[in-house]
Amino acid sequence: MSNAKSKERPEGYPDRHYLNAAHGLKSWFLTTDHKRIGLLYLLAITLFFFLGGAFAVLIRLELATPGGDLVQPETYNRLFTMHGIVMIFFFLIPSIPAVLGNFLLPLMIGAKDVAFPRLNLASWYVYMAGGIFTLWALFEGGLNTGWTFYTPLSTVYSNTAVTTAGIGIFITGFSSILTGMNFIVTIHRMRAPGLTWFRLPLFVWSQYATSLIQILGTPVLAITVLLLALERTLKLGIFDPALGGDPVLFQHLFWFYSHPAVYIMILPAMGVISELIATFSRKRVFGYRFVAFASVAIAILGFLVWGHHLFVSGQSVYAGAVFSVLSMLVAIPSAVKVFNWTATLYKGAVSWETPMLYALGFIGLFTIGGLTGVMLATMGIDIHVHDTYFIVAHFHYIMVGGAIMGYLGGLHYWWPKIAGRLYPVFLSKFAAIIIFVGFNLTFFPQFILGYLGMPRRYHSYPDEFQVLNVMSSAGATILGIGYLIPMLYFAWSMFYGKRCTQNPWGAKGLEWETASPPPTLNFDEIPTVTEEPYDYTPKEVQHAG
Amino acid sequence: MEILRNLPLFPESASTFARDVDALYFFGLFIAAFFSLLIAVLVVVFAVKFKRRSENDYGIPEKTSLPLEITWSVIPLIIVLGLFFWGVKVFVILYRPPADAVEYFAVGKQWMWKFQHPEGNREINDLHVPVGVPIKLTMTSEDVIHSFFVPAFRVKADVLPARYTTVWFEATKPGKYHLFCAEFCGAEHSRMGGSVYVMEPHDYEAWLAGEEPGKSLLASGEELFTDLACHTCHTGDTGGRGPLLTNLTGSEALLADGRTQERDDLYLRESILDPAAKIVAGYQPLMPSFQGQINEEQLLALIRYVKQLNQTAPGEGVQTAAQSSAAAADEG
Amino acid sequence: MQASSHHSSALAHHFDSFEQQRESASLGMWLFVAQEIMFFGGIFTAYLVYRVKNPEVFALASSELDLTLGGINTVVLILSSLTMALAVREAQLGRGKGVVSFLIATLVFGGIFLGIKSVEYSAKFEHHLVPGEHFHFAPSQEEMDHLWETKGFTPEHIDRRAEMFFSIYFAMTGLHAFHMIIGMVILLFFFRPAWRGRYNADYHNPIECFGLYWHFVDIVWIFLFPMLYLIGRA
Repeated sequence: MSNAKSKERPEGYPDRHYLNAAHGLKSWFLTTDHKRIGLLYLLAITLFFFLGGAFAVLIRLELATPGGDLVQPETYNRLFTMHGIVMIFFFLIPSIPAVLGNFLLPLMIGAKDVAFPRLNLASWYVYMAGGIFTLWALFEGGLNTGWTFYTPLSTVYSNTAVTTAGIGIFITGFSSILTGMNFIVTIHRMRAPGLTWFRLPLFVWSQYATSLIQILGTPVLAITVLLLALERTLKLGIFDPALGGDPVLFQHLFWFYSHPAVYIMILPAMGVISELIATFSRKRVFGYRFVAFASVAIAILGFLVWGHHLFVSGQSVYAGAVFSVLSMLVAIPSAVKVFNWTATLYKGAVSWETPMLYALGFIGLFTIGGLTGVMLATMGIDIHVHDTYFIVAHFHYIMVGGAIMGYLGGLHYWWPKIAGRLYPVFLSKFAAIIIFVGFNLTFFPQFILGYLGMPRRYHSYPDEFQVLNVMSSAGATILGIGYLIPMLYFAWSMFYGKRCTQNPWGAKGLEWETASPPPTLNFDEIPTVTEEPYDYTPKEVQHAG
Repeated sequence: MEILRNLPLFPESASTFARDVDALYFFGLFIAAFFSLLIAVLVVVFAVKFKRRSENDYGIPEKTSLPLEITWSVIPLIIVLGLFFWGVKVFVILYRPPADAVEYFAVGKQWMWKFQHPEGNREINDLHVPVGVPIKLTMTSEDVIHSFFVPAFRVKADVLPARYTTVWFEATKPGKYHLFCAEFCGAEHSRMGGSVYVMEPHDYEAWLAGEEPGKSLLASGEELFTDLACHTCHTGDTGGRGPLLTNLTGSEALLADGRTQERDDLYLRESILDPAAKIVAGYQPLMPSFQGQINEEQLLALIRYVKQLNQTAPGEGVQTAAQSSAAAADEG
Repeated sequence: MQASSHHSSALAHHFDSFEQQRESASLGMWLFVAQEIMFFGGIFTAYLVYRVKNPEVFALASSELDLTLGGINTVVLILSSLTMALAVREAQLGRGKGVVSFLIATLVFGGIFLGIKSVEYSAKFEHHLVPGEHFHFAPSQEEMDHLWETKGFTPEHIDRRAEMFFSIYFAMTGLHAFHMIIGMVILLFFFRPAWRGRYNADYHNPIECFGLYWHFVDIVWIFLFPMLYLIGRA
């Protein structure tokens, strides 16, 4: 039945599109089409997500009992280190920019491609090269330093594959830089006629802010990891206390990138949410300019707050206070976004399609993640909860509840554009709810565990923490199943899903003004923009008004 | 029911400032809960109330309201600034030990804590302290970064190699509390810890007496001072080869290059391990380095010993918890 | 479109005009330079922190570097920047042969720089000034006595801090030299199109962008030279 359905062609379904424009492996691995490169990324990051998720499952299995009885401590240390490295550098950071951003940015601004298509393809190969190094580190036995690589543990005391993984991260960083450069130039130079800055979709604004961080932050991580690798291999002594070096300098350099990196993960998700809220409320985002500038404000402030990771590292009270108050300020543009999204729903025409379920879930989870972030920026609270499960819960609310919800919401929203096909409605709503429930069950108990004092990165723990840990592990099981369902139906839909019309959601935005799936050069004719963004009010009503 | 008994929601409070931290935490929690609920309720209500009725339904766009945008920027700003100031206030309490705190010592190494009482008792992974006495821990690490964490006291501080960091607390309730290492330090990170035993003063006295007392910190410092022949240069007339070790606490040294240097623990440590780094004006750099001849615990003992030598200012020097609680009892 | 038709192959399919293509390339290159600045910024920060902590030993260690060779290298690099700028100008004027000769000159100057650098490096190897097990810092007895008398630094103290200086020296100059090598390899790819006269007033952005990179690497050296070679001689 589905087979017959999948062959049905709705009116206007294109004969030729980017998916069938060329065939064979070469047409994929040597493509310069941003849409195909987006799909290459989609495939690669899904594999890494699966890998990182497998590590997470093992971690939660180990923590189901207080004694360290499933794996050895050294194995456990390798598991959470690899979970962090794979999820952050190989899934979260590239997820929305490299998959959805790559696919949509030129479509959204009415361009034929990104500014540097070959560089775009190169960025995927660079990413894969970094990924291969990191997998190689896994075959060397993994590494046990935590994804934060704190010295001197990582330089002097660890005899695991730190250098190999460091090289992997160093290389992958450049794929992120190349993507960021490409996007900024594309947004500056490739917009369609009439598409002024304030007519840009908010997703584009957030991608712009993200790209700034990618370009200015990633190189600092690159040099830091490089110095770490040199220190291990050539015995340079830049972070070695024995030579008068300072291990805390490493923490400063590391967090100068790695804190803004959080915004690389969350800003694009915020952009996706703005699109979803507008489309599924059929209404212009309330306070459009404030939401747009909030993205830029978060990107800039994000560079000034790294010291809040060092409140208990012996930093002076004054330095701590400065970093504390600057970190608090990030809450303001974040709050502005949340309030504006909520206000957009007011008097909207809200439909509860699958992507919208993710968007609504995102607002709630991001609010919790953000406000617990404000608590962590409060120095008097941070002392106690620093390096406990409270922080683990907080950043998972931001990264999983925020970034991954945004990514999945975006994938469900633009899937008809990407594949030209639909996915099962009921199953997808079911999966969205499963993920929401599983997520909260996994991570909410960790807030309580954190205030109770359970430190993070613990292989075994006192008995009284067990009930909450079992809840968390149970939630992780549900969450894991929740993630598997979309993986399966997306894979199915790519080949067998029902073909969709050009604009199944009735959405605004240039990406919906071309065929689904789009032709290789995106538009048969480059559109000229005359409308404000998200202009859902019908023309006749506008004229009457 | 059984489960509920095993489901703690809140840690024990056993230090003087646990209440300060908890109050701040509850305020933060209240703010977080209030706004999370507010947003959640609004989102659900709007999503239900404004549910799309027909395929052609569309939202009513509204003009951005500047007063509204300012309101929901300024209100969060005021709240976070409130949290910020309160947070700094609590941090300062946690950060600054009172002047009469009794000093204990901790050395972290993979994967154990080594403690020393001012009376000389040594412990590994466990720490016994009397109730009602402010205790300051001076800490350093022999290898990687560790972090001293006692949840019941709401204190935590990183322990770094080649540096001294301090943490202080005053226990309020006798009992046994968890002691953790909070900074990931390698293979046995999760087993690096034990318990802090808070005892009534007389129980503590009894415990001290019952334990193998070991040498007191000052005694081992004095022994080292002799064994390492420090006394040959650093005592006697002012014409000696090394600076006299008098009134070191809280004073400053005038260095050969004209700078002044506070004689803090870190300076004294450096002067033992790398004597030539900062030479006191008027002296020759004759002293050999003791790098490799003395471990972190011995360094602490030696530093404490020389700091109380010829101390003329009253109320300084090493005080034991027993003296301190006795003094407290006198006042009471 | 406004360009003559036989050059239109130089206009990539996704651009509308040469102007758009040129502006995109130059903006992209500036962004690349921005990330390079941040990249070197990390190691400059490390340099700054440790130099402030150990001003005397950094100055003394710095005087171990060969000022003459460093000075010659500075001049050589500035000359290479000049020839690079001239190559870009020739490209804009559409003079392919001129481009080729100036590129050769740039390549030669770059080669001289790396040659001199390798002479310096091998001298450091011979003098045990490469960080690691065999590091041994031996300034003149006079200098040692001076630091001994004024600061009271023991040879051991000086040795460890000097090792830090040379760690940073090798990290910085090594990264810089690596950028030079990459640049020289890329430069080779310009010969063919230049010789064939591909560059003209409309289409010269690859070589212009490369020029920007080359100048950037040059400027990094202009900072490295005083920071590493001159601090002991003020």
